[in-house]
Amino acid sequence: MASLDDLKKRIASVKSTQKITKAMKMVAAAKLRRAQESAEKGRPYSEKMNNVILNLSNGISDKENAPKLLSGTGQEKTYLCVVMTSDRGLCGGFNSNIIKKAKSYFAKILDEGKELKIITVGSKGNDQLKRVYGDKILENISFKESKNANYFDADKVGKMVIEKFEAGEFDVCTIFYNQFKNVITQIPQSQQIIPLNNEGEENSSEESYEFEPDEDEILSNLLPKNISTQIFKAMLENSASEQGSRMSAMDNATRNAGEMVDKLTIEYNRSRQAAITKELIEIISGAESL
Amino acid sequence: MSDEFKVEIVNPEKSFLIKDDVSEVVVPAFEGEMGILKDHISIISFLKPGIIKILSKSGDENYYVEDGIVEFKNNNLSILTSTIFNLSDMDKSKQQDLLKQAEEEANKTDINDQSKYLADQKVEVLKTLN
Repeated sequence: MASLDDLKKRIASVKSTQKITKAMKMVAAAKLRRAQESAEKGRPYSEKMNNVILNLSNGISDKENAPKLLSGTGQEKTYLCVVMTSDRGLCGGFNSNIIKKAKSYFAKILDEGKELKIITVGSKGNDQLKRVYGDKILENISFKESKNANYFDADKVGKMVIEKFEAGEFDVCTIFYNQFKNVITQIPQSQQIIPLNNEGEENSSEESYEFEPDEDEILSNLLPKNISTQIFKAMLENSASEQGSRMSAMDNATRNAGEMVDKLTIEYNRSRQAAITKELIEIISGAESL
Repeated sequence: MSDEFKVEIVNPEKSFLIKDDVSEVVVPAFEGEMGILKDHISIISFLKPGIIKILSKSGDENYYVEDGIVEFKNNNLSILTSTIFNLSDMDKSKQQDLLKQAEEEANKTDINDQSKYLADQKVEVLKTLN
């Protein structure tokens, strides 16, 4: 059995860990509120953008000559995956969930004998992927300096993806991120952004639009923007998810630390009592033998 | 019958402005300025750098935009843009900054004609503000 002194030290150390996790939970909760807010505020833009593109692609006259970003290159040989993770750890299963989702997708692609290329956003994802897929990672981007997800960063990623697409480096692009459902649930998502996947979403209104200039020109202008917008949306969802995930992870850690302190305190009290009893027995039996 | 319609300006970060008592909006569309009144035909167009003028009962407002898309449908005007500033909030130094940036961009030689055109537009618009 550990000595009284050891137990005391353990209790003190668990307590100070608890203080840290508690503080981290508070910080995450405050950040979560902000991240959630901006995720909600960002939604109208991407929804509207989607709507406009939907209307446009329905109205497009010449499907054969549609921009490649919309219709694809006509082949599906090289896949680019953009895996979006966080830059910081201690957020529960947040990063692992995305990585797990991405890895199963990678395995599928490689099984089919197709070529795989990866861009990682956020250093944690890069750390976990570089061991197995190190040679496949083209680029690692991280936004450690920017406090909140901002459109400028998303645009940088978007431009890079488009550049690579135009250079013919890949045919299909998929992004991986966590969708924020609520504080305890985040759903890892994969979303194909090139070519654009609009299946199942039929336009309800039959109304035709007037376009100025013509559809093709608007589309070719709009599609690159849409890529950045989708990436930005993913970043916002991701940052809300990260904070949510961290908050619940830290909440759990705080609770576990509390339980541990209770257990250790009982053990401490018991061994203290045992020591006292032992001393008493020694004194009494000493007195009796006189 | 009222001749007002609703306008909504959104940028990636948030819903920038919602107004439902607007009588006319003038947007700098790619092929020239375009005034939109109530019951305009459904239209989608995109913007070049310029000034959006919003005329309404509660006062007129002017915004500087660098790019964007406009969609008008069922008397709802949506403007999606990534860069927008309210002119009344914009002070001289901010204008100068933007102008300097735009001029630098316009003076680059390695850009294609379209971005060159856009940059020139920016310079022109910003100069008229000063």
